[in-house]
Amino acid sequence: MLAINDLHVSYGGIKALRGINLKIEEGQIVTLIGANGAGKSSTLRAIMNLVKKESGTIIYDDDDLTNLKTQEIVKKGIVLSPEGRRVFPNLTVEENLILGAYTIKDKASIQNQMNKMFELFPRLKEREWQKAGTLSGGEQQMLAVARALMIKPKVLMLDEPSLGLAPLLVKDIFEIIKEINRQGNTILLIEQNAKKALEVAHYGYVIETGSIVLEGEGRSLLNNDKVKEAYLGEAK
Amino acid sequence: MSIQEFLQHLANGTSLGSLYALIAIGYTLVYGILRLINFAHGEIFMLGAYIAYYGIFFTPLPWWLVFILASVLTGLIGLLLEKIAYKPLRNSPRITILISAIGASFLFQNLGILIFSGRPKAFPAPAFLNGVLNIGGVSVGTISLIIPVVTIILLVLLTFIIQKTKTGMAMRALSKDYEAASLMGIDINKVISFTFFIGSFLAAVGGIMWGIKYLQLVPHMGVMPGLKCFIAAVIGGIGNITGAVIGGFILGLGEIMLIAFLPTLTGYRDAFAFILLILILLVKPTGLMGEKIAEKV
Ligand SMILES: Nc1ncnc2c1ncn2[C@@H]1O[C@H](COP(=O)(O)OP(=O)(O)OP(=O)(O)O)[C@@H](O)[C@H]1O
Ligand SMILES: [Mg+2]
Repeated sequence: MLAINDLHVSYGGIKALRGINLKIEEGQIVTLIGANGAGKSSTLRAIMNLVKKESGTIIYDDDDLTNLKTQEIVKKGIVLSPEGRRVFPNLTVEENLILGAYTIKDKASIQNQMNKMFELFPRLKEREWQKAGTLSGGEQQMLAVARALMIKPKVLMLDEPSLGLAPLLVKDIFEIIKEINRQGNTILLIEQNAKKALEVAHYGYVIETGSIVLEGEGRSLLNNDKVKEAYLGEAK
Repeated sequence: MSIQEFLQHLANGTSLGSLYALIAIGYTLVYGILRLINFAHGEIFMLGAYIAYYGIFFTPLPWWLVFILASVLTGLIGLLLEKIAYKPLRNSPRITILISAIGASFLFQNLGILIFSGRPKAFPAPAFLNGVLNIGGVSVGTISLIIPVVTIILLVLLTFIIQKTKTGMAMRALSKDYEAASLMGIDINKVISFTFFIGSFLAAVGGIMWGIKYLQLVPHMGVMPGLKCFIAAVIGGIGNITGAVIGGFILGLGEIMLIAFLPTLTGYRDAFAFILLILILLVKPTGLMGEKIAEKV
């Protein structure tokens, strides 16, 4: 289980996170929803130690990740597919995937996992030798997800994986999220598409200006009036 | 000009171009990853030659081993330079780190004068490397033929490292996106250190071969080649390795041919590089092989 306790983050004096508490149970899909600028990405970036934490702890099972370097956190099996895809445009699809497995030494298992990714995303297989920068936005998003899966992460964090995708592809991405969860991955999902996210999630948190204001099982949040009004665009 | 003479100049220009290429790669590698112009790179080149000089005099080791060890040691000095002078400033404005680089350059030059003395030293090159070969009426220094061969071997090796190894992929990834690279589990600092090591190692090999070819070492010997190779890197498109090699050869060959065909302009030998730089910046500011430079975000 990944536990985030009382996480505070500031950017140059401006508070972005004011004491976030999250628990991500093993084998679950947990989603974090909130308006633009609420602090979702900041939470994930703080977990990966890409931004400085003012205070708070990140505990994974019995490991304290709070002060580990990003690459050490990755070695523990916690992986973030960041907002905006961030594939390496100058590298081929294959090379991007190989880098996703950077911390793995065993070549055979890398190849094995790559084949699995190509099964999951056949479009990537066709474009194995293409430079990632020349992929379409949707293909880049698939690559970003596949790349994050290359080390068979224990906890996979996805920051808006459906951003900019056509509706059909959004559906695909959510199917894939469910599928990789069925295969045993724990997932922390951030989505603008709150409805879809809550539908697939076992548990959800709602964040507003740096604080968790609501939490509960995915289904129950879907039926919560406040959530309906603020995030699902449904009138009372 | 007879054909023999021309071939002689060609060999000379090729070997000078090779040396420029070796040094230019260091600029381009570091720029590609840190967006930093390592102004102390010329001094690294100088240090490589001096370390080899002292290695020959003060160790019983065979010359080839001294050359290899000196290049490795110089590579480590380059690595330390980054750790001491650049790493603490990585999050500072770019001008700060640039000034640190210029400072390091002066520091090395003056330490050189202090430690090595300002008087020129004769490089103790093994005699057979200094021989002259006569091939069909063309007489060429042995070293002028060896330099391009060594350069090509190193270039093939470098290309392999960058294109085929995981570390090479990490270097290429880093040149586009630090944060995403660290999210792959890449140790950014290690890759940067490795980059400085490689660049400095190549500069040292260049410095040693320079010493064998021109036989004389002075503490400011890195200044002009350093500047010219920076220009070579810019001409080729800074950040692009092939470009740096092409730029190096254009400068080396151009310089020698200029003197050969227009001996009256010999005095302008060093100006040639700068004039070429101005022309390139006017016609194709990103350099011959350069892509449009996207600001790092
Ligand atoms: N590097 C930064 N420097 C300054 N402020 C920042 C920085 N990164 C984020 N912020 C601020 O912190 C707050 C939270 O940002 P964050 O990116 O976490 O929001 P988010 O919930 O992911 O939003 P979105 O849905 O738009 O992606 C915002 O007000 C944002 O402007
Ligand atoms: Mg965000």
